[in-house]
Amino acid sequence: MSEWGIGKPVRRREDDRFIRGRGQYTDDINRPNQTHAVFVRSPHAHALIRSIDLEEANAAPGVLAILTGKDVAEDGLAGLICGWTVHSKDGSEMKAGGHPILAAEKVRYVGDHVVLVLAETKAQALAAADLVLVDYEPLPAVSLKNSTEPGSAQVHDEAPGNLCFEWELGDKAATEDAFSKAARTVSIDLANNRLVPNAMEPRAAIGDYDAGRDEYTLWTTSQNPHVARLVLSAFVGVAPEHKLRVIAPDVGGGFGSKIFIYPEETACAWASKKIGRPIKWTADRSEAFLADAHGRDHLSHAELALDEDGKFLGLKVKTKANLGAYLSTFSAAVPTYLYGTLLSGQYDIPAIYVEVDGVYTTTSPVDAYRGAGRPEATYIVERIVETAARETGFDPAEMRRMNFVKTFPHQTPVIMNYDIGDFEASLDKALEVADYAGFPDRKEEAAKRGKLRGIGFSTYIEACGIAPSAAVGSLGAGVGLWESAEVQVAPTGKIEVFTGSHSHGQGHETTFAQLVSERTGLPLEDIEIIHGDTGRVQFGMGTYGSRSGAVGMSAIFKAIDKVEAKARKIAAQLMEAAEDDVVLENGAFTVKGTDKSLSWPEVTLAAYTGHGFDTAEIEPGLKESAFYDPLNFTFPAGCHICEVEIDPETGVTEIVNFTAIDDFGTIINPMIVEGQVHGGLVQGIGQALYEHGIYDEESGQLMTGSFMDYCMPRADNFPGFKLGFTPTVCPSNPMGMKGCGEAGAIGSPPAVINAITDALGIKDIPMPATPARVWAAIQNSATPKAA
Amino acid sequence: MYQFDYHRPANLKEAAELLTKCDEAKILAGGQTLIPTLKQRLAMPSDLIDLGALKELSFIKAEGDAIMIGAATPHADVAVNADVRKHLPSLAKLAEGIGDPAVRHKGTIGGSLANNDPSADYPAAVLALDAKIHTTKRLIEADEFFKGMFETALGEDEIITEITFPHPKRAAYVKFPNPASRYAMVGVFVAETPMGIRVAVTGAGQEGVFRVKEMEDALAKDWSADAISGIKVPAENMLSDLHGDAEYRAHLVTVIAKRAVAAAI
Ligand SMILES: Cc1cc2nc3c(=O)[nH]c(=O)nc-3n(C[C@H](O)[C@H](O)[C@H](O)COP(=O)(O)OP(=O)(O)OC[C@H]3O[C@@H](n4cnc5c(N)ncnc54)[C@H](O)[C@@H]3O)c2cc1C
Repeated sequence: MSEWGIGKPVRRREDDRFIRGRGQYTDDINRPNQTHAVFVRSPHAHALIRSIDLEEANAAPGVLAILTGKDVAEDGLAGLICGWTVHSKDGSEMKAGGHPILAAEKVRYVGDHVVLVLAETKAQALAAADLVLVDYEPLPAVSLKNSTEPGSAQVHDEAPGNLCFEWELGDKAATEDAFSKAARTVSIDLANNRLVPNAMEPRAAIGDYDAGRDEYTLWTTSQNPHVARLVLSAFVGVAPEHKLRVIAPDVGGGFGSKIFIYPEETACAWASKKIGRPIKWTADRSEAFLADAHGRDHLSHAELALDEDGKFLGLKVKTKANLGAYLSTFSAAVPTYLYGTLLSGQYDIPAIYVEVDGVYTTTSPVDAYRGAGRPEATYIVERIVETAARETGFDPAEMRRMNFVKTFPHQTPVIMNYDIGDFEASLDKALEVADYAGFPDRKEEAAKRGKLRGIGFSTYIEACGIAPSAAVGSLGAGVGLWESAEVQVAPTGKIEVFTGSHSHGQGHETTFAQLVSERTGLPLEDIEIIHGDTGRVQFGMGTYGSRSGAVGMSAIFKAIDKVEAKARKIAAQLMEAAEDDVVLENGAFTVKGTDKSLSWPEVTLAAYTGHGFDTAEIEPGLKESAFYDPLNFTFPAGCHICEVEIDPETGVTEIVNFTAIDDFGTIINPMIVEGQVHGGLVQGIGQALYEHGIYDEESGQLMTGSFMDYCMPRADNFPGFKLGFTPTVCPSNPMGMKGCGEAGAIGSPPAVINAITDALGIKDIPMPATPARVWAAIQNSATPKAA
Repeated sequence: MYQFDYHRPANLKEAAELLTKCDEAKILAGGQTLIPTLKQRLAMPSDLIDLGALKELSFIKAEGDAIMIGAATPHADVAVNADVRKHLPSLAKLAEGIGDPAVRHKGTIGGSLANNDPSADYPAAVLALDAKIHTTKRLIEADEFFKGMFETALGEDEIITEITFPHPKRAAYVKFPNPASRYAMVGVFVAETPMGIRVAVTGAGQEGVFRVKEMEDALAKDWSADAISGIKVPAENMLSDLHGDAEYRAHLVTVIAKRAVAAAI
């Protein structure tokens, strides 16, 4: 076991370059002869394009080319695609409207891409963009609320009534039956507020076409460069796959928003051939607000059936999910298979039935955002369970405990098969850490200070490690969700690991190296983790869904197995021992029961000299690859307890205590895991208290299009979090990992809202529970009064 | 940003001359408001006249019963200045609560007043303390200076040079920040100065910063939070936006004013 091995809180190696400003982000890269792109975007939510007049703009200084949807069509490029096909209840395929690179006939949201201006400098491109005259015929905006009302404007002709799909999951008859037998039912209407991802680094791209080799290189802010290459070549037709190299260098956060393939990078790659020069585009923050894919945005009605003892009998959910103006890369999967499948929560619910209407609106596309579907599911489950506890008079912790799944594996009525977990362990530990027993005293003490104190639970479960390729294939995925790795050992013994899991904040360069160190005994400085370049990494499905540990590292693990097996074979011949007697320990190969030993570099050098072993039997060299397809989803789970104090005079909510006890399976680096939980909690609490992407109902303009109005949480909004772990080892991958990247954002929103509604003695308050909303809720309810 | 000519005058006289001479010139102080406006192409000045080199506008002096602050003094200087902390701690605290460290080190008191953002903090202090605004042309009383949202009494060619504050007997500023921008959603400055008691509210009013006479009168009789707890400003004059409607803001004015009175030292 090395000092950098599994379980050690090793400091993040990559932080040195990030903190010193030595990172290389896309915008830091400049190509010789580079030009600059600016997109002319739609100022309307919905409008027909009558004409585009480029005359004045073309004559502006420094302009190299101005391209429109007509040029895209002339070059035979197709539109962007959604990689997941969902089917409606009636068996029909979802109705995918076209997703153009540059809109030619119609714009469908404020920020939609209309004209690409290319100039010598960014300032010149901006100035010329101002001179582009687009004549629009405005059409009515379509919102989540009015999308399916009769007479609403049509976003896509292909989707009458703006319905992309009417999806269902679960057994409707069994669920109705459960409700008919229920002693009581509880119902709630919930909105899951729209969020704008706001990664610190805005999206950027450089397209660079090499006429000599007829090859394209695209630097872009991607979480999954190979998937980007696949989409751009196989579906959009920018270039054949082997003629396109996609590089995602240092990337400053993604949270999902950089999974997707957008018009901007597509256009930069395509147009660089047209003008014969590299093209750079970097979004400003305003563009990021308008044109990054947003998250969440559901309206739901849920009903829970209970027997007289408080046991859950059935759950019914009906959800209207906003897909935005176009189907983004994974958008159809998020409110369906990543959502409905988690509605059983940590509970044994015999019957579940969920219906989801996916609707088009004239807003930015909505796709996966940290948690992707699971926060929405958890919000439904944990809010209705809390409501049930209050309405039936059960203690919220005990009602949960009574309904927990306690034996594994457990097949839920909504596809998922929970492999392992211990929900009571995390609940019990959380009750202890949060001092649940002491809450009544704290509430009383707060009341003396004029504050309303409340406590809220969330015992969440989620699904990570996506996912077994055959399983997702049967559910509509257009790709497999395995991961690949190559482990290349140099003659001197140094190791390069090429992984398909891109790192954009997760710390892979540290944790992945810890695994390699654990297996080989080498120090971290002898191990390099390489990712984010289709020219160097064989393939990768990318980083999202907290899959880099459970799937990405499992691929590395398997490749190391192969490297180790081969090295042991070589070592055995070198030491004239039986292969089975050779073990790799502490960086050396030894023959069991003897003092014969060869160091790691001695063996790796021999592998390359080809001396001392039979190269007819064992090929020289030491490099192995693996493709790992997971056996199951993994199921991180845990218990969050939030305690708030509300100032009834102003409506301000302060989080005074937040406890998160999680089961992530095996933990490679507890410091990094805690960092991931902190970040997730901040985003989840941000959703509950601060963040809201608001489009004006009438005009379809984004009202929260800057940090002046979109409330990003700040560090001083939070207390120190109390974290803890109650791991159960995941049986479906070699290291027993589950995933930790999204759990914080998934579990926390209902804990916060449960705490606020507890403090105020009300059933619901919409997220974000801003001071104004909390104050209004207090005015509207008679009960809450600080003593 | 659109094209403009940039000037960095060496003294106030030169700055004033440039301002008169140039067609559509704008003064550039800390740039914390102006630069973002330019970047978003919301303004198209012909010339920018940068006050950055004018040492004569960046100072804090305590003389007699007054504190004089040069127009180009950054918020951060006001926040830590020993004289301000001694005689006007409420103003130091106000300055400390503006934006973030970068904003406080660049942004200036003169820029803030000239801009008269309805959610800015300084206007409340200037109005409540009955401060005097000196310009290249004249002296303007606080009551005459603020003319509604983003509007002031400043003429086209006028540069703020100095703001003179009296030493109050007691004063406090309490800010209820907008959760997103952290500008004032409601900020109340209460002050008792030799000239009388004043209550000025920023962030809430449709016309920008305003005084609440009723509260001033009540406090003159009885300086206590209770004295004003029943006084509510009319909601129809308040701003209403996605962070809070007029009713909420009107309610907050009373709550925050009470807290300011209680905090006054
Ligand atoms: C992120 C952020 C957060 C902020 N938070 C707050 C906050 O919480 N509270 C708050 O009050 N403010 C806040 N501000 C605004 C900040 O205080 C600015 O500094 C102030 O509004 C403008 O001052 P400035 O020196 O930067 O002026 P500039 O931006 O340079 O100029 C602003 C305007 O004033 C004019 N002007 C400048 N100086 C003079 C002068 N001497 N005479 C005549 N006209 C002049 C300019 O021509 C321009 O029209 C924030 C700003 C930012 C960027």
